[in-house]
Amino acid sequence: MTEADALADPPVWERRTSRERIVRYALLLIAIVAVAVSWRMLSVNYTYLSTAPREFMDLVNRMYPPNLAYSGEIWRPLVETVHIAVLGTILAVILSVPVALLGAENTTPNRIGYVVGKFIIAFTRSVNVIIWALIFVIILGPGALAGVLAVGIRSIGFCSKLLAEAVEEIDRGQVEAITATGATSLEAAIYGIVPQIKPAFVGITTYRWDINVRSSTIIGFVGAGGIGVELTTSINFFRWQNVLTILLAILAIVVFSEVTSAYLRRKVR
Amino acid sequence: MATKASERQTWTRPTAFYNRYVKWAVYLVIVAFLLWSLYDMRISTQRLLAGWDSAVDLVTSMFPPELTPFKRSLLLKGMAESVAMAVVATVAGVVISLPVAFMAAENIAPRPVYWVGRGFITVSRSFHELIVAIIVVKAVGFGALAGVIALSFKTIGFFAKLLAEDIEDIDAGQMEAVSATGANQSQTLIFGVIPQVLPRIVGLTIYRWDINIRHSTVVGIVGAGGIGATLINSFGKYDYDYSLTIILAIVAVVIVGELVSAYVRGRIR
Repeated sequence: MTEADALADPPVWERRTSRERIVRYALLLIAIVAVAVSWRMLSVNYTYLSTAPREFMDLVNRMYPPNLAYSGEIWRPLVETVHIAVLGTILAVILSVPVALLGAENTTPNRIGYVVGKFIIAFTRSVNVIIWALIFVIILGPGALAGVLAVGIRSIGFCSKLLAEAVEEIDRGQVEAITATGATSLEAAIYGIVPQIKPAFVGITTYRWDINVRSSTIIGFVGAGGIGVELTTSINFFRWQNVLTILLAILAIVVFSEVTSAYLRRKVR
Repeated sequence: MATKASERQTWTRPTAFYNRYVKWAVYLVIVAFLLWSLYDMRISTQRLLAGWDSAVDLVTSMFPPELTPFKRSLLLKGMAESVAMAVVATVAGVVISLPVAFMAAENIAPRPVYWVGRGFITVSRSFHELIVAIIVVKAVGFGALAGVIALSFKTIGFFAKLLAEDIEDIDAGQMEAVSATGANQSQTLIFGVIPQVLPRIVGLTIYRWDINIRHSTVVGIVGAGGIGATLINSFGKYDYDYSLTIILAIVAVVIVGELVSAYVRGRIR
């Protein structure tokens, strides 16, 4: 369409220019092709797909009602799950302080330290907790200790990243004010820096603890302790009513940890 | 107005708690819980020393990462399956999530529907991907289909929750304007609500795709298809140098997925 044509026709309001529209359709087309190719690649057996709803109902029927007599036995592993989450979080928080100081632009000692800090953050975040659990079970043998290390190492990236952001955002003026009163650098750190990052610190810790409770429920699949051990055993022995009991227990602790963490984070904000 | 010496108070740092006794009580409870957790782990120096030795063994047998042509094709096949699972599960999950999100939005759904939507989201969010995956595997059998179903189910909790919050935040004026032209309820939804949340839907879809890639690389550990199956096999066969190759490949894919998703979401906003 030339300029003269455009002037001759009465202008019609269009939300997007034709160029924008072409780009949008092209992106949509790419997305559709990607989905179609992916679906083909999985070569899903359609018989399985069509019988899936029936299989699920069958499973639900076998699970219901939950075996409440079993709830006495899962008390210990449930507590262990929470312990793993707590200790893993504490380990992660302790280890993430130096990593955060390395990875924050205003506290990093030099360029190499900064890159190392960022690398640790990216690497620990990208390896799933279950893979860390596999590794630590090989090293330490099955048990909750392997779980604690898996959860702890996995959480370093998350905690350090958020902590580094909090450190980058502190107000230098407060530190200067404390120093101006004649405080030593340690006192300046205690009264000028720590109070500024403390709310973020508490918030990050409780938030990660909440996430870690969920993670701790599954690391037992590879033998790293917690309720996951009971869950795989029950599934492997087809004790479906016990499985439902465990699932309900997991639901309860996950909701509990979420509510607690939300309450605490609201408190410190 | 001179202050008497007895009335003069020394300055103490303000506390976020009710008073300082409560503060110390809270700290005491936290420390006691931590000690209990530590006691529960039954950590012995002997175990840690043995662990150090096997850690050294593991690391030496992992290096250098191994990649023969046969294993490379195995790796690529598993990785392609994981990415394909993530794509299909994201689309399927988003399609199911859209109605759930509208159900769970307080401002447009009637009360009973709202609670049904919220309940659905809570259940989906509470169980870890691997728990969902292990149960789906029992229902529909081993393979990628189980992974797709598990990840789609998990997508609902994430996507519907965030989208529902966005729907709650929309500008009611636009809805009123559309209904004032005589539009019925579904027309109001299509022309008054959806245009407002459409960019967010696209952004969240990409975001969830990125998260699904992370999870699709591990659901194979419980038999739900993808590279995770190859990983657990390599650990089972003590083929640790190949395990390291797979872990590094997973880290690479996860980071690429994260970068792509961050770039696209940046462009949309």
